Amino acid sequence: MNPENYIILSGVLFTIGAIGVLVRRNAIVVFMSVELMLNAANLAFVAFARINGNLDGQVVAFFVMVVAAAEVVVGLAIIVTVFRSRRSASIDEPNLLKY
Amino acid sequence: MIGNGAIIAADVAPILEPSSAATGIFAWIWLLIALPLAGAIVLLTTGRWTNRFGHLIGVATVVIAAGLAIAMLIEMMGRSAEARSFEQTLYSWVFAGQFQVDVAFQLDQLSMVFVLLITIVGSLIHIYSIGYMAHDPDRRRFFGFLNLFVAAMLLLVLADNYLLLYVGWEGVGLASFLLIGFWQYKPSAAAAAKKAFVINRVGDVGLSLAIMLMFVTFGSVTFESVFSSAGGASDSTLTWIGLLLLLAAAGKSAQFPLQAWLLDAMEGPTPVSALIHAATMVTAGVYLIVRSNAIYDKTVFAATTVVVIGVITMIIGAVIGSAKDDIKKALAGSTMSQIGYMVLAAGLGPVGYVFAIFHLLTHGVFKANLFLSAGSVMHGMNNGVDMRRFGALRAVMMITFGAFMFGYLAIIGIPPFSGFYSKDKIILAAFEQNTIVGISAVLAAGITGFYMTRMFTMTFLGKARWDDDAHPHESPPVMTIPLIVLAIGSLGLGASLYYWGDIVEWLAPVTGYESRPIAIPTTVLEAITLVIVLIGVAIAVLMYGKSVPIEPPQKVSVLTIAARNNLYDDATNDIVAVRPTWYAARFLVWFDNRIVDGAVNASAAFVGGASGRLRRLQNGFTRSYALVMVIGVIVVFGVLALVGLS
Repeated sequence: MNPENYIILSGVLFTIGAIGVLVRRNAIVVFMSVELMLNAANLAFVAFARINGNLDGQVVAFFVMVVAAAEVVVGLAIIVTVFRSRRSASIDEPNLLKY
Repeated sequence: MIGNGAIIAADVAPILEPSSAATGIFAWIWLLIALPLAGAIVLLTTGRWTNRFGHLIGVATVVIAAGLAIAMLIEMMGRSAEARSFEQTLYSWVFAGQFQVDVAFQLDQLSMVFVLLITIVGSLIHIYSIGYMAHDPDRRRFFGFLNLFVAAMLLLVLADNYLLLYVGWEGVGLASFLLIGFWQYKPSAAAAAKKAFVINRVGDVGLSLAIMLMFVTFGSVTFESVFSSAGGASDSTLTWIGLLLLLAAAGKSAQFPLQAWLLDAMEGPTPVSALIHAATMVTAGVYLIVRSNAIYDKTVFAATTVVVIGVITMIIGAVIGSAKDDIKKALAGSTMSQIGYMVLAAGLGPVGYVFAIFHLLTHGVFKANLFLSAGSVMHGMNNGVDMRRFGALRAVMMITFGAFMFGYLAIIGIPPFSGFYSKDKIILAAFEQNTIVGISAVLAAGITGFYMTRMFTMTFLGKARWDDDAHPHESPPVMTIPLIVLAIGSLGLGASLYYWGDIVEWLAPVTGYESRPIAIPTTVLEAITLVIVLIGVAIAVLMYGKSVPIEPPQKVSVLTIAARNNLYDDATNDIVAVRPTWYAARFLVWFDNRIVDGAVNASAAFVGGASGRLRRLQNGFTRSYALVMVIGVIVVFGVLALVGLS
């Protein structure tokens, strides 16, 4: 199978994730979109590892997974804490940190 | 000439050899300055508990200094002319590379006569002040300032280099400022003090520039090395030094064009006018010129300028003195005029130096006498100064009248009073140099006869025109005794200095001396001068002898109006200096406020306004930050794609 298709799929997934981050208001869904972007990147890494015939891309993909797992822990904790104080998971509502 | 026998026949060149070290009594030169300085420090720092006896400390320090000076004079007279100069180095003051200045004193024949004048006349005026200032609550401060003045003036005449002289020069300026403004609660006195100070600054700048120029040219500022190497400097340098020194002298000695402060300086207490603004400080300019004779001898242009300035001041001072109704201001005009005589003589070169100093000494005594007599009159007349309110005071204050008369006869130059000898020699020297200068000097002598007779008649003779509450009375002995001493000086000092003291021979080793033949026989010249003086006297008697209106007449000549306004010197200064400075200051304030501050404020306002708008980008919406990041990444990659990824 042509590895370029994986790259295209990765691009499509990344774009969907980025648009999701930009247009959705629910923090959980935005978070999911971020995960989608990360996994699109992982798919690209793995595809490039296959094309180049070495393991560097796969190693990096594992790293990304580890970091993403840690990030999910922190991010969900923030979302839960915000939800507890505001009774809402909207990402537009907590906008106090500004000028 | 009466004194042919006393004039030394041969010309004398000044001795420039290093002076001998100060030993014996001359080891105490520093004490002359230290005594009044200590008095000033004690009086100005101890506070109220010295009020009762502070004035006695002030008098004692100056009297002891006078005694020491007399002892030094006697010792000096016992030595030969070559061995009369002494030098005392106290310590090294400034040393920076090539530049070295010591605190060192030089006592020679010229300094000696000044020291005597300052300490003896100073002592008499100190004693007089005990009575004059008796009712002033600030008498202790007054004596402190007077002592400070004496110390600074002695430093001025005893310094052996220009820089130390400059310290004394500024010191007397400070003391003059403090004493003119002694009654500082009077706005006129405070303004007069400030005026004197500011005008003196102009002259002081001249002196400081002259000192710098000397250092650059000669590498030293001591009298000895400057004078001995003066021949090696270029003509233009010497001329500049001479003109700058003249500027300094004009400021301190109230010479044209810096004369405007002296008349206002009469706001100070009368003993101050006598000591500082008649006898000593205002003659410092003459001292400076005569001391720098080695420079003026080599620059004809500067010396001629000195003569011109002297002649102008001599005439304008006399004219102003003729129109003033304020007795002190009339005397101040007279002081300007007489110092003009001295400056004129000093500019004549070796022909005149000696007589400049001679007239300075006799003038110091008889003008102090006149001022103190005027002070005594004021003391008896509720501090009034308007001569139109005096008259007929002869009967009620005989001693003051007598003293004033002696001073009067001395200043107009009636033989055998002292002014005759000194002024006559200057007129003679002026004729030796230039006939026009000589005629001006004779003319000024005539005007002197006029204004002094006017003053004398209006004050002591005629009918009483006193205020209703005036009860004139003779002053206490503490004031009249110094008057008597000064009156005796006014009578005898000229003749005794000339015949017995051999002033010419005494000063010649320092200043040099030469005489030149003139066309007119000296006796004839003396007779002409005397006749012209008597014509001046006669005019004054005719005008003021019979009656004097209490209010100054308004229908008077243009010259009188001009003279009443000090020949418009304030107006001239206003146009030449004050207004331009004022406008320049106004422009600079505007420039500072609008342009300099404007640029700073505008840039601050720009940064503030821009930041106020830019910070709106931080709106707190997470998704807008994310959008910015996405756009940023797209832009970065877009640019990379355009320029190529290599």
